[in-house]
Amino acid sequence: MDLSYGEAYEAFRKEVQAFLAENWPPRAEAAELPRKDQVDRFRDRAVDAGYLARSIPRKYGGSEQPPDALRASVIGEEFRKLRAPMDPVGLGVGLLVPTLLERGTDWQKEKFIRPTLRGHIRWCQGYSEPGSGSDLASLQTKGELAGDEWVINGQKIWTSGAQIADYCFCLVRTEPEQPKHAGISYMLIDMHQPGVEVRPLRQMTGHSGFNEVFFTDARTPKDWIVGERGEGWLVSRTTLKHERSGLMNVGQATGQLPALVKLARRSLRDGRPAVEDPEVRQKLAEIEGYMKANEYALYYRATRGRKGRDAGRIQLMAKLIRSEITQEVAKLAMELIGDDGLLAGGGELGMRERPSDNRGWVSSYMGSLGGAIAAGSSNIQRNVIGERGLGLPRDWAAQRSK
Amino acid sequence: MDFDISEEQELLQATVRQLAGNECPLTRVREIFDGDSGHDPELWKSLVEVGLGGTAIPEEFGGAGLELLDLALVAECLGSAAVPGPFLGHSLAGLAVLFAGSEEQKKSWLPRLAMGDALGTVAFAEEGSGWQPNEWTLRANGTLRGTKQHVPYGSLADLIVVGTADGGLVLVETAADGVQSEPVDGADRTRRLDHVSFDGASCEALPAGPQASGRVRDAGLILLSADAYGGAARSLEMAVEYAKTRQQFGVTIGHFQAIKHQLANMAIEVDPVRFLVWYAAHAFDHVPDESERTAALTKAHATSVFMQTARDSVEVHGGIGYTWECDVQILFKRAMFDRAFLGAPRVHRERAAVLGGW
Repeated sequence: MDLSYGEAYEAFRKEVQAFLAENWPPRAEAAELPRKDQVDRFRDRAVDAGYLARSIPRKYGGSEQPPDALRASVIGEEFRKLRAPMDPVGLGVGLLVPTLLERGTDWQKEKFIRPTLRGHIRWCQGYSEPGSGSDLASLQTKGELAGDEWVINGQKIWTSGAQIADYCFCLVRTEPEQPKHAGISYMLIDMHQPGVEVRPLRQMTGHSGFNEVFFTDARTPKDWIVGERGEGWLVSRTTLKHERSGLMNVGQATGQLPALVKLARRSLRDGRPAVEDPEVRQKLAEIEGYMKANEYALYYRATRGRKGRDAGRIQLMAKLIRSEITQEVAKLAMELIGDDGLLAGGGELGMRERPSDNRGWVSSYMGSLGGAIAAGSSNIQRNVIGERGLGLPRDWAAQRSK
Repeated sequence: MDFDISEEQELLQATVRQLAGNECPLTRVREIFDGDSGHDPELWKSLVEVGLGGTAIPEEFGGAGLELLDLALVAECLGSAAVPGPFLGHSLAGLAVLFAGSEEQKKSWLPRLAMGDALGTVAFAEEGSGWQPNEWTLRANGTLRGTKQHVPYGSLADLIVVGTADGGLVLVETAADGVQSEPVDGADRTRRLDHVSFDGASCEALPAGPQASGRVRDAGLILLSADAYGGAARSLEMAVEYAKTRQQFGVTIGHFQAIKHQLANMAIEVDPVRFLVWYAAHAFDHVPDESERTAALTKAHATSVFMQTARDSVEVHGGIGYTWECDVQILFKRAMFDRAFLGAPRVHRERAAVLGGW
């Protein structure tokens, strides 16, 4: 058991630092360029050096490096220190690109991957519908072939980033006569067209991150389907082989603790710093126990991943555990901020360490619920853990619904 | 970076699991649980024969020469099988002599403890729940007077390591005059306790006691945590098995989301604890700066999780879970032991707060 990076990785860290010293922030004539060009130029160089787009083949604009969670982690640490541009965050790089690599045609890969990696095009995910949440495969948005084009009608909901997306990767029912899972295709749709209307939804925090998307005779070319017609359900579940799933999450596991302790230091209870209150100290230490257990579980997963060994059912638990911890943090923060718990949320989320802003913690108090609902609600996670992790029988309703 | 146990450690766990399965199935656990002494000399002998009397004692003193992590991995397996007997107190007595003893004391006691020729235990708690070294008050000056509470197998041990004022440690041989033990009617009948009174019993100080007693306590916290993880995992497994076999409304109760979700909630509590225990043991062995605080946080967390998991497991078992016949109650009571021995979660969370500079 060894938790240090070891010499080879520390040498690699020096390389990364030297690269950054040379290239970020931009200087000389590069410093005069518009921000977008600075970022483009930097990303090109970082890809050449093997630091970005590591899992993507060279011919699609990646750096085609062998998977190495430790190198990825070193790169992440060093880039973040200087706020250097990393791979664009979002569903495009996170979900669409890996799916295209596994299931896309050559032209699809060539057309979409490079600009997505450079952040030149942005994606949203058209999955949920008003009547299809946890039971996603019951979705009704319909695609009909008219000549060389699909004509799409229907409504998607909870579509994060639709207001800024250029394209949508979307699950559409194209084979209505087939049983529910077999009638769906994974379709790519241009968001900039008259048949697409995006209406923002206002969250309970007051922010608007997600939307409703209405397709009214929206169109997309016949061959903008990933995988075969009717295979969309499987395509959407393509296993994502990624460096990301390991160490990158370790920081998240314990990241909120310092901000919470800071809050406890500056909040008052009976005229004294709340951090001196026995109840607060107990709760902080209890939360830290959960965080640490989760942190070392992630180290274990990363180690197993690197060795190509299965980490077992703990892999199914990450999302639920994180949601639960985040909610405990938010609840304690709410206790600590006292009367400011009467205020509307606002500003930055507390977890981003704006310790002076109690309204940020109010947003976290609400936002932690968003985390527990988005991308598979906690109750769905419990089904998955129960059925796939503990080997319990499948839910009746899910078994019967064909 | 490599956060995993080694193949040798996997083998060690497999060996202990197999041994526990053969020598101490739950039917045997129950006999000992219901018996008078809570101790089975034959079972203890079989554990000692494979080296579990001195897992973390150096080879030069007759031990296996492994680290606390290895000892914790053993404790996890024993906890999972609810193996009754003096493993905890015996292991801590050996570590106390190793950490605090003179060369002569080590030579005299460690081989005997490692080989199982002598049975050791530790006497820490005093009236008013004084488990921590800074709370010990007994004065020792060649002889010892006063009472220690909740001493594991105090009446069977040959050697007791007693905590004294200023965090000192002394050795008392129970064969000497002036040592009396009185059994405690404890909940956990797999790990029996005695109150032990010393009335001028002759004792011998471990020279480095004041420097080492905190380490011994920390090792105890980690072994209890490892036991707790093993027991919690077993409690969960029993509940899952029950949910797969018990039928109501014509189906196994694991079909119902009420049960499924309760089991999933138990699983997300239990499974990560394994890795926290590993880290706490690793820190004890190799990361001195983090060792004490991590042991405190881990003990509080792991034993709380075990207690709640055992409660939930009883609940999933329904009426049968509430009976003396159901084996879950044995784990439940081990959870009570792990939770309270060496100080309740509250004590160690407060220590973690202090050590964290909060």
